Amino acid sequence: MRYTKTTWRNIRRSPYQAFAAILIMTLTFLAISFFGFLLYGSSAVVDFFESRPQVTAFFKSETKQTEINALENSLQSTGKIASIKYVSKEEALKIYKQQNKNDPLLLDLVTADILPASLEISTIKIEDLNTVSETLKTSSAIQEVVFQKDVIATLTSWTNVVRKIGIALIFVLSLVSVFIIITITGIKISQKKEDIEIMTLIGATRWHIRWPFVFEGVFYGVIGAIIGWAFSSTLILYSTPFLADFMRGIPVFPIPMLFYFSLLGGELLLAIILGAFSSFLAVLRYLK
Amino acid sequence: MIKLDKVSKRFGTGVFGLSNVSLTVNKGEFVFLVGPSGSGKTSIFRLIIRETLPTEGTIFVNDWDVVKLPNSQIPHLRKKVGMVFQDLKLLADRTIFENVILPLEIAGMLDDAKKRVDDVLQQVGLESHKEKFPIQLSGGELQRAAIARALVLSPDILLADEATGNLDMNTSWEIIKLLSDINERGTTVLMATHNLDIIKNLQKRVVELEKGHVVKDSHHKKAEHAHTEKQTEHKEEKESK
Repeated sequence: MRYTKTTWRNIRRSPYQAFAAILIMTLTFLAISFFGFLLYGSSAVVDFFESRPQVTAFFKSETKQTEINALENSLQSTGKIASIKYVSKEEALKIYKQQNKNDPLLLDLVTADILPASLEISTIKIEDLNTVSETLKTSSAIQEVVFQKDVIATLTSWTNVVRKIGIALIFVLSLVSVFIIITITGIKISQKKEDIEIMTLIGATRWHIRWPFVFEGVFYGVIGAIIGWAFSSTLILYSTPFLADFMRGIPVFPIPMLFYFSLLGGELLLAIILGAFSSFLAVLRYLK
Repeated sequence: MIKLDKVSKRFGTGVFGLSNVSLTVNKGEFVFLVGPSGSGKTSIFRLIIRETLPTEGTIFVNDWDVVKLPNSQIPHLRKKVGMVFQDLKLLADRTIFENVILPLEIAGMLDDAKKRVDDVLQQVGLESHKEKFPIQLSGGELQRAAIARALVLSPDILLADEATGNLDMNTSWEIIKLLSDINERGTTVLMATHNLDIIKNLQKRVVELEKGHVVKDSHHKKAEHAHTEKQTEHKEEKESK
């Protein structure tokens, strides 16, 4: 409590330096927040595609139900299958009608007879898709096998690239923040050189002098994190209806509130670490 | 109790600030350190609060061996030895109240801190100025504020470096009166000054320094005088018998 009073006095009496420190911290945490939301969104997209049937096997029109059941049982017995769903000709027509409900011309042309029955299969591991696909192709009842391995692989690879760029950006911004906080704390220490000397002469310990500077760094970090998080969250919440419309069919939005608050918690923790670390380095460097 | 034994202080330039100084100040004493500028008065104070180390010799303050004191113990020593600095060293951006409460904040003695500050400000006659900043006070009031800050931790020893410097005679007397009152309450006071008019009119021990040496100590003089008087009395008694 006694240090927080001194910390607050120091901040109040050098508002421009405080503003610069908060601004750089805000920029860093704004980038972290947007990156957090981007990561959440890309993971949700990948999860969505992974949860969809990864292999669809279309049956020849003359295939009997017993053959279909036998194939289904043989796939289940491999232990590699996460889910398997039989889609009959009638169900396929229903799906087709749903997808093309705004185009009566297409609806008129199609009947259940021309749509094949199919099996929609998901594997536990993505690398088993090839094996399952090959097994299906050898079956005489199967006309065609379609699988989405490439889509997921491309998405995963993009997500990884985004993740790497984001981490690099956050690393650079954090580094810039650390150096700016060190410089600002250093300037403050130089300005308070006389005060520090006086306090030392009347019995202040090293840490009594250091703590307010460390708390100041933490303060800048925490305020920057709160502003960065609040700004990005408000923007995301405001844009949710448009983004949900844009991502039609892929359930990314609305982002659950739990994620917002978890992100805030994580950012506050990082802010405390960043602020304390940079100001601690500064006091070690300038308050020998 | 303060005891300097054969203390020398040589500065980086090779010049001796103090040379073979031995001095003992007993508990409850009021001692004036006098001498021209550069005679070593401030150096003695700086050595006592361990702002600097002697080149030779030992220094004891109460039970502390100041020279061998570990760095971690220096703040404790400084809490027991209040110091009024020559340049006062008041924080310009804090009020008088905030300046005086500072040693208590540093010591973590926040219980009754406000009351203690009010008491000590009343003692030095600054209670009505506590919300003012140093720049708003006169020279004498600033001296009082510095004394109040030095007193707030109830130190055993008070060091006052040129506490009447740059003050007019009346204000100087007020400061001396204040320091005498503090001394009468049991605090050992060591005051550096070159104001000989003040010393002449006070029956206090005077230690005179010149070029880093103790050249005169009225305490010893008094003791010698007392010794000679006793011997004379003794002789006279014998002769009368």
